[in-house]
Amino acid sequence: MREPLIRLQQAHKQFDTGLHALADVSLAVAGGEFVALLGPSGCGKSTVLRLVAGLETATAGQVQSPALTSDAADATAFVFQDATLMPWATVFDNVWLPLRLQGRSRSDATVAVKAVLARVGLTEFEQAFPAQLSGGMKMRASIARALVTRPRVLLMDEPFAALDDITRQALNADLLHWWRADDGAPEMAVMFVTHSVAEAVFLSQRVLVMAARPGRIVAEVRVDEPHPRASAFRHSGSFSQTCRVLGEALAAAHAAPAGSSAGRA
Amino acid sequence: MRRRLQAWALPALVILGLMGGWELGVRLAEIPAYTLPAPSRIASTLWANFGSLAGSWWVTVKITGGALLLACAGGVLIAGAFALSPTLERALFPVAVVLQVTPIVAVAPLILIYVESTTAALLLCAWIVAFFPILSNTVIGLRAADANLRELFRLYRASPWQRLRLLRLPAAMPYFLAGLKISGGLSLIGAVTAEMVAGAAGRDTGLASRILEASFRTDTPRMFAALTLLVLTGVLIFALLNALSRWLLGPWHASESRGPF
Repeated sequence: MREPLIRLQQAHKQFDTGLHALADVSLAVAGGEFVALLGPSGCGKSTVLRLVAGLETATAGQVQSPALTSDAADATAFVFQDATLMPWATVFDNVWLPLRLQGRSRSDATVAVKAVLARVGLTEFEQAFPAQLSGGMKMRASIARALVTRPRVLLMDEPFAALDDITRQALNADLLHWWRADDGAPEMAVMFVTHSVAEAVFLSQRVLVMAARPGRIVAEVRVDEPHPRASAFRHSGSFSQTCRVLGEALAAAHAAPAGSSAGRA
Repeated sequence: MRRRLQAWALPALVILGLMGGWELGVRLAEIPAYTLPAPSRIASTLWANFGSLAGSWWVTVKITGGALLLACAGGVLIAGAFALSPTLERALFPVAVVLQVTPIVAVAPLILIYVESTTAALLLCAWIVAFFPILSNTVIGLRAADANLRELFRLYRASPWQRLRLLRLPAAMPYFLAGLKISGGLSLIGAVTAEMVAGAAGRDTGLASRILEASFRTDTPRMFAALTLLVLTGVLIFALLNALSRWLLGPWHASESRGPF
């Protein structure tokens, strides 16, 4: 592996409430890599993203990421499970926000905002308010806002969990395009949190399986299918094989008590 | 279209019905006008005295409007200061509560003694009554921004000023407007109450003074005429603030969406 862009070393996180969210989590993500974090609710997946984004600090251990070291405040983007748009602002103004916070005026940012809106297919809706959009379109706007700064790290916290399956699959396919878009942007590493095995396999190059109480990584599975991936990949033998391996790892993690050694597939 | 017609026609019919019943009751029971004037009598009194009442009405409107503007400015500025400094909020919020819970009728005589200019004293009284809903609602609103949005602003390292201007103020807007609607009515109440206490006679006094004067002379129709102007003023304030709220929130906030429930 190349020099990692993101690295957690024996990271622990205990909240003031006493909740032990993460125990001894070590991982590394290279620039341009697509990694999925897979696990049940409450296993600390989101906490990992928040550590990487600098929104939380580790109680013990080390965290390195562009959000913590880079001078550029826009090197890291975050997509939440909710679209988290400003309801009072149009789609254009929502997508403009990260650039605006870096001091770029509307006219200065217009080209970039319009380009990213075209990429996510929202050109016709740039003057719409979030309340006028469907769930899938809101999420497209949210992703456009994340992409507009051309981040080096994109953190996604179950972004499609609330969407219907058809919309979700369409967005999965689009996300892979956006990740590998040949538009001169720097390579973008993606950390994608999900509790869907199929989604993790379809999207990522590597899946980290997590278990709960305390949150820890119990398995790591490579998905060797090369990108770009067509939707036919979902129906291939290797897809179902990888899903089965991950399903077993999840089941084993659920059965195994905390503290048992982490198996690596 | 039908929905809009219903929205207007129904309350209008109810009011017309009440007026009709009132008119009919007064005429049938032959109630003298000094006890209870019929609506027609009130209308004719209003018409006959319009010159003097309109002057007083304008005085009351100026006090009310001035107090409401100052309540907006004061409420929002203090709420903004509270939002930026929790210590300030802990120190000063109780003072605001004390101002709010003290009955204005009881404090007004003191204010009239301490403040030389009657206009300033009236403004101050009306302001004390009106500013609290704006303050307390705006304080809540400034804290009401979505937690994820706040994190996003943190992630992009927004300055406190950017956070206030682009996130907290817009998020507070629906709360502020709800407070403003309450304060609109309260500023009229505050203005009239203070005028009542001031009790000043003369040309440059408000509708409350006209009501007091008329009551000394048992000129009940004139009292009702002045009262009618006050009621219409209150309704006008309410309508204007509702229109403002719809204009500002219409495109995005659920409270002003026109969809079915």
